[in-house]
Amino acid sequence: MFRWNPDRLLALGLRLCAAGAGVIVLLIAGFLVSESWPALRAIGVTRFASDASWHPAADATRGTFNLLPMVWGTLLATTGAVLLATPLGVLSAVFSHHYAAPRIAHVYRRIIELLAGIPSVVYGFWGLVVLVPLIRTLQPPGPSLLAGVLILALMILPTIALMADAAIGGVPAAQRRAAAALGLSRWRTVTSVVLPAARSGLATGVVLGTGRAIGETMAVLMVCGNVVQTPSSVFDPIRTLAANIALEMAYALDDHRSALFVSGLVLLAMIALLIGLAERLRRQAGAHAPV
Amino acid sequence: MPRSDALLVYGAALTVTAMFCWLLGDLLWNGLAQIDWAFLTRAPRDAGRAGGIGPILVSTGLILAVCLAVSVPLGVGAAIFLSEYTAADTAFGRAVGRSLDVLAGVPSIMFGLFGNALFCIWLGLGFSILSGGLTLACMVLPILIRATEEGLRAVPKEVRHGAAALGLSRTRTLWSLLLPAAAPGLVVGLVLGIGRALAETAALIFTSGYVDRMPGSLLDSGRALSLHIFDLSMNISGGNANAYASAVVLVVLLLAINLCASWIADRWLHRRSLVA
Repeated sequence: MFRWNPDRLLALGLRLCAAGAGVIVLLIAGFLVSESWPALRAIGVTRFASDASWHPAADATRGTFNLLPMVWGTLLATTGAVLLATPLGVLSAVFSHHYAAPRIAHVYRRIIELLAGIPSVVYGFWGLVVLVPLIRTLQPPGPSLLAGVLILALMILPTIALMADAAIGGVPAAQRRAAAALGLSRWRTVTSVVLPAARSGLATGVVLGTGRAIGETMAVLMVCGNVVQTPSSVFDPIRTLAANIALEMAYALDDHRSALFVSGLVLLAMIALLIGLAERLRRQAGAHAPV
Repeated sequence: MPRSDALLVYGAALTVTAMFCWLLGDLLWNGLAQIDWAFLTRAPRDAGRAGGIGPILVSTGLILAVCLAVSVPLGVGAAIFLSEYTAADTAFGRAVGRSLDVLAGVPSIMFGLFGNALFCIWLGLGFSILSGGLTLACMVLPILIRATEEGLRAVPKEVRHGAAALGLSRTRTLWSLLLPAAAPGLVVGLVLGIGRALAETAALIFTSGYVDRMPGSLLDSGRALSLHIFDLSMNISGGNANAYASAVVLVVLLLAINLCASWIADRWLHRRSLVA
């Protein structure tokens, strides 16, 4: 007769745990789609790009639902942050591997790790009380695309720096020695041997940082001013997709609420594009990527 | 004279260090003085401008407890299954692994939307500590599972072969040999998960809610510490002083947790944790 022995029971229980953990992604996708469905039907896909502005209402026929300014806001803030954080992060890793004494490199790595552990709401708070007033003295109003770019750059810098650190650490010492034997200077070794050899790991770090910047909510919510507009200068306030969800979710009803889930889908689509890119990079790099 | 490349590299490192010191120094300078026993235990008054963060710490602890009570058994079970019971290249193992990778990349605000739709509304839990904790549990699962898996993979194959040769059952092998040996990995995952959950704000705004009273049950709304900082600085004029103090409490907690994790990783796993 078929009997349950503990081994079989345990195996079943563990399989259920794994299935439960795996199914969460499907649940998230399912809920997002089903919650955005009413808006997609009542408003239609095109109005999210063609409406005059973002003035949502619970009744789809009364409101306007243009997401594009917020898509631009998200893209601009992310791009600026990545452009700032990438060189700093890579140079940070170069510093701790090739320029700093081992002791200093150790302390420096700890600093980067600590930066990585500071929560986004604290970055946002610091930006709000320190950076925004500084930017206001330069050019009012203060809460702006620039503030968002700076805070995001600071936030994703540790991600990029830690990944770059691992990638540079993974470059075989023989390559470095060969470069030294050829009489290359330290800087030449770094730029023509080490960084090219580590490029897939560097790229992975940048992709991870970009993903973090796109999805970041609290910090940009606190420093960007949250005006829905396509900015014409870095001192203009902007609102990102993620910030929009956090701002309006509390009081949104019916079609408005559903439209916020649509903006969540847009956000997820942007991340999915990035993950696809990362996947391609990893496949190109083969076993070298330190993920 | 220093060469330009050295100037560039040292300049970058100096910039990063300066930003770090500026941020941390500013927080400590403005926040540390207000922290005393009364601040940590009293209830907030005048919308948080005065008083302390007692109930908020309790809510934060409860949200964390719910999160861990759900995610630890589920995560450890899944990790054991993935590393001991299935080869990574079976369809099921690959599917679970992949969905965990995707889950790890989902931004926290999406967890907020999902938690609001599933726990608050569909399951009818409303804005509550339970909803918030469950939402966070979904979020920290990938971290827990990956770290536990690493811990288990670090146990040499000979241990498993030896146990099989001695005729131990799989359950027995797991409990008496594998789990104790993999404990550091588990603890690292746990600590990192706690860190992620404590730092989280966006996923909690519309799952656990804003109420800053002492929670009476898990079905009450409770305000997490991170959300308290957000609310004080954005919505309450004159709340900055207490926001500073709360931020210092949160950062000190998180720094302690991160140091703990990298210490354990350094010491037992002989490698540095790269999970940022």
